[in-house]
Amino acid sequence: MIEILLKSVFSQNLALAYFLGMCTFLAVSRHFETAFGLGLAMIAVETITVPINNLIFNYVLAYGALSWTGLDSVDLSFLTLIASIGVIAATVQVLEMILDSYFPKLYQALGIFLPLITVNCAILGASLFMVERRYDFSESVIYGFGSGLGWALAIWALAALRERIDESLVPKGLRGLGLAFILTGIMSMGFAVFGDLKFG
Amino acid sequence: MTRHDKQFSGHLLKPIIAANPIILNVLGICSALAVTTSLSTALVMSVSLIVVLGFSNTLISIIRNHIDRSIRLIVQITIIASLVIVVDQILQAYLFETSKRLSVFVGLIVTNCIVLGRAEAFAMKNPPIPSLLDGIGNGFGYAWILLLIGAVRELLASGKLLGQVLLPLEKNGGWFNPIEFLGLPPSAFFLLALLVWLVRTINPEQAELAEQIEQKDKSK
Repeated sequence: MIEILLKSVFSQNLALAYFLGMCTFLAVSRHFETAFGLGLAMIAVETITVPINNLIFNYVLAYGALSWTGLDSVDLSFLTLIASIGVIAATVQVLEMILDSYFPKLYQALGIFLPLITVNCAILGASLFMVERRYDFSESVIYGFGSGLGWALAIWALAALRERIDESLVPKGLRGLGLAFILTGIMSMGFAVFGDLKFG
Repeated sequence: MTRHDKQFSGHLLKPIIAANPIILNVLGICSALAVTTSLSTALVMSVSLIVVLGFSNTLISIIRNHIDRSIRLIVQITIIASLVIVVDQILQAYLFETSKRLSVFVGLIVTNCIVLGRAEAFAMKNPPIPSLLDGIGNGFGYAWILLLIGAVRELLASGKLLGQVLLPLEKNGGWFNPIEFLGLPPSAFFLLALLVWLVRTINPEQAELAEQIEQKDKSK
């Protein structure tokens, strides 16, 4: 369990080792405040959607999963992709409504990022990795939370670095995007070092 | 060439360098970085993306006048997801080894921002044939970057290209000492950074254009 958590946060970090959610990662990391909000939203959505997708895969889509309805040999796993993205879009929508009516303050802070997250490949990627690696339900909760946290940590760090480095003199063509890539590359090396940590 | 022809070839050629989706708009780079450890995966990924992008642009453009604005995103994503499932199933049937190595990244074409971005920005406003050309053009703009980075990484990290030994390794009696770093994830970031730097130095308007986009973001 701890190993899944640590791996998903550090050595198999979705942003830095698998490059997922890069578009948003680079676009929103210009200012620390917005990056902070997006990171929080990301943790919330990952922690909710990965376990839900896990339940749907194990009880509806996987081979033989429909045996409780009497259909023993039905294999709907080719629908995983479309089901996952549906679940994600629906969850984000519901989350948005709940936040809007019960936690207006939090909604104002996160609101604009929630729709962005639907098309963030880190969310869909986490669900697909969960299916590919056959996590059970409790593992998928940990994995969802860990991968959200890892992604958030990465974008917080990058945003803080970029705010600082914007002040310095760099070659013109490298300014902005190019420099962000180099920073991310160095961070990616740093996070990969934690891959050798062993527990238990 | 008539004016009409020129317009058509413009749809096809412009996205390859001048309005390249990866370098200028930073779209779809998740997969651009992840599948470039070898040339063959980059090749399969590029072909898949071109196919999906061409078809999705055409289909969405055909039904563009029947989609209600409020549900357009759901319709677009459903069309794209269905196309991706077809491509994924074909790859699993005929290229099982490569599809295993691509792992979840073929599925992630669904959330590749290039596909949705072109559907939203071009196919919703233009007739089918220009949309098809725009889709293919953007697909190639994405493909050449993927192939270039894939080729550099595979060649310098293992001395091979598409599995053929080009630079004989030192440990096998050759002369080439491989740069193993290029096989690891961080190297993709550095290569892409160098590429962006190069293109923006050759083509300064692009850096300015990108800066304008950034300025617009800031003023939002």
